[in-house]
Amino acid sequence: MYVNKLLFSIMLCCIASVAAATPTIQHWQSATGARVLFVEDHDIPMLDVAVSFASGSAFDKSGKPGVAKLTHELLDLGAGDLNEDQISTGMADLGAQLSGSFDQDRASVSLRTLSTERDSALSIMARVLQYPVFSESILMREKTRLIAGLKEAETKPELIADKAFNKAVFGSHPYASSLSGEISSLETITAQDLKDFYQLHYQRAVVAIMGDVTRVQAEAIAVQLTRYLPAYTEQSSLPAVVMQIQSSEQRIFHPATQSHILTGTPGMSRKDPDYFPLYVGNYILGGGGFVSRLMNEVREKRGLAYSVYSYFMPLKQTGAFQIGLQTKKEQANEALALVEKTLADFVAKGPTEKELIAAKQNIIGGFPLRIDSNKKILDYLSIIGFYELPLTYLDDFADNIAHVTTTQIHSAFSRHIHPGAMATVIVGAPEPISGPVGAQNQ
Amino acid sequence: MRIYLFATALLAVMLSPSVYAGVFELTLANGLKVIVKEDHRAPVVVQQIWYKAGSMDEHTGKTGVAHVLEHLMFKGTRGVPAGEFSRRIAAAGGRENAFTSNDYTAYFQQLHKSQLPLAMKLESDRMHNLNLTAGEFSKEIKVVMEERRMRTDDDSHALLQEKLMGAAYLEHPYQHPVIGWMSDLEQMTVQDARSWYQQWYAPDNATLVIAGDVYHAQVFELAQRYYGNIPKKGQSARRLFSEPVQLGIKRMVVKAPAELPLLVMSYHAPNIVDPLHDWKPYALEMLAGVLSSTDSARLNKHLVREQQLASSVGASYDSTSRGPGLFSLEAVPSAGQSVAQMEIALRAEIAGLIKNGVGADELKRVKAQVLAGEVYKLDSVFYQAMQIGQMESIGVGYKAIPLMLEKLQAVTTEQLVQVASEFLQDDNLIVAVLDPQPLSGKAMQPAGEANHVR
Repeated sequence: MYVNKLLFSIMLCCIASVAAATPTIQHWQSATGARVLFVEDHDIPMLDVAVSFASGSAFDKSGKPGVAKLTHELLDLGAGDLNEDQISTGMADLGAQLSGSFDQDRASVSLRTLSTERDSALSIMARVLQYPVFSESILMREKTRLIAGLKEAETKPELIADKAFNKAVFGSHPYASSLSGEISSLETITAQDLKDFYQLHYQRAVVAIMGDVTRVQAEAIAVQLTRYLPAYTEQSSLPAVVMQIQSSEQRIFHPATQSHILTGTPGMSRKDPDYFPLYVGNYILGGGGFVSRLMNEVREKRGLAYSVYSYFMPLKQTGAFQIGLQTKKEQANEALALVEKTLADFVAKGPTEKELIAAKQNIIGGFPLRIDSNKKILDYLSIIGFYELPLTYLDDFADNIAHVTTTQIHSAFSRHIHPGAMATVIVGAPEPISGPVGAQNQ
Repeated sequence: MRIYLFATALLAVMLSPSVYAGVFELTLANGLKVIVKEDHRAPVVVQQIWYKAGSMDEHTGKTGVAHVLEHLMFKGTRGVPAGEFSRRIAAAGGRENAFTSNDYTAYFQQLHKSQLPLAMKLESDRMHNLNLTAGEFSKEIKVVMEERRMRTDDDSHALLQEKLMGAAYLEHPYQHPVIGWMSDLEQMTVQDARSWYQQWYAPDNATLVIAGDVYHAQVFELAQRYYGNIPKKGQSARRLFSEPVQLGIKRMVVKAPAELPLLVMSYHAPNIVDPLHDWKPYALEMLAGVLSSTDSARLNKHLVREQQLASSVGASYDSTSRGPGLFSLEAVPSAGQSVAQMEIALRAEIAGLIKNGVGADELKRVKAQVLAGEVYKLDSVFYQAMQIGQMESIGVGYKAIPLMLEKLQAVTTEQLVQVASEFLQDDNLIVAVLDPQPLSGKAMQPAGEANHVR
């Protein structure tokens, strides 16, 4: 492939007009304390709303992992005068869709509704957010289901690997915990735990609104959804993640035909000053679909795996950097050695200029695909609001990518990623291990 | 698991007249049908090329070849070396991939609208210039075997589904998995892939769908320029398969590493053949919706919420396929509940529905969701293109889409009872049970023990 710098600068000119087409984000602090981000768009007669709270699994008290997840689960299983069936049939009758998402940092509730049914749908959503009942009998039922799911997860090689990986990378930090808690802790959780958690962690909302309403309507919606949230009290923030970890390798028995291999370390936070160099560098290393170094070495050249990737999971505090792949047991050691060598080379030398240009072409040239639907824009509004990123995040995105240099990537990787100090987990390890045994830590 | 894919396909199949607007078509002299959906909301475009060849067109001993060829389509042509297709699309800011199903194989790229000519140039090139070498084949077949291990061999639910399909279909090629049987993959040669390519990859066996911020006249011109000179191959009539009537219940057990059992009850059911005169497939779609379109639909409300017999439950059916379909119920029993009790409970749900009928409000609710889905769909250009390509590839045609929506809205509660009693009966049923096996081959550790490592 022949690409010269002149061509690249021409492309950047074209990109400028693309960047100008980013949606206009309106932003305000509601009288209720909620941070609101709004994009007005009347093309389709529908509305998307997402309300986020700093109430992910990292806020679980020690000894009670699972409370955060269950609190989020039970929001729409009884609220105000509506029971769980009235909530779901109420939404379905309107053709509206209520959904949620949950991770270490954030719990959110989202609504998609037709414009014609907007008021009725928002009225149900307002109750779900502000008057959840947390019934003891429903909690019992959901705990049982969650425990069943956790037991099932303990038989799945990819989930066993995830769990062991997070423990190895995050140690005693709350990010080490499983999102759904532990079987033993779930059994002790009461409805009062959920009510307490809700009072403490559902105070300040970030409201993202995208679609067919006016500014005045959006302001009223934000108030309607957050006015009766629990009163604001000062919260302690999450502890910092210990960045430098000990090298470790766990080989865990599993009868699967493949080994599931994860290797990684603490990576970066959402506001890390190295965010863009790490982001672009990761594209080159293992983020860029079929054209990354890892894909080329592991899959294209040698056929060792169907899927091989690397990613940074940027969170409020430092989230994980992870490389993952699956390969048949007999070649697991070979594949892992190849991954380690590819990573070590990349960290030692950084990317080439040619690789950087190709990465920029893809990330900048593909920017319009990131904001080509209401749903995608809504997700950006939530992220920008929740992590307090600049409101110009989308406008500046292409420029931020364009300014990254090979030197910056090399420097950022060598400071963040230490190939000699990685946590490695192999589930379905090649060596047969007789009988039930514990993990082998090195 | 596959059954969930069916469930999402269920409400997804139907398009309204409003979505149908702005669709233009042209068939080139070489038989390539070009369909353009204009949507100017964002400066992006998607190209999808759909070949009417999927795993159902494979023969015994050669299963998986449709999907293997899909992988090999990225391995270079006479003018574009291996890996270069992906590199050029990436350098244009594009995203790309491909998928193979029982019924068809499709390839797509999503890009800024200015890059459409590049995507069309590359896609048309590999329609007739693919360079299949033994070297690339030998590497890629290993990748596909890894894919099979990951998606099927090590996934107990997928394994159950594969074996269920094998049991459900005696004659119809739906008995074979899309990924192929491992022994077929092991014995496949580059010549098998070559024959497949030569037989099916031709303009007169494909549909080109372009959707996004484009104008149809320009797209037709580009299509003529890039695809117009590819020679047609002339498609001979396809072998038609039917599935002999099942004459009694079939039962099967699959043992695989897992904690929880899974019960799947699949009934043979028709697919849409004549979109105007058929009515049963539409009624079956709505029946699946009444049973499980929301958490308060019958199955979840009764079995998970009220009786707490199941940890999860669902119904699924896909009316849009080239071959005969299945209407499936599935459930994971709650701790302490047996699969046998679960089956009794599911049967009681069906019997109750047939005996007592369906509430008008239940059916109306599903219809409301379908109608709203038509509006929400406008938010995804990619999805709109998918529907057009899929409907063309199964032989129903995209023009039937608004009609299908009307037919769904016209389904009555009486029709739901009628199709339930006609199709959901034992002679027509395959019952498949996942019998969970401990990982170590020994007894599972008691619940609540912290150490999960075995």
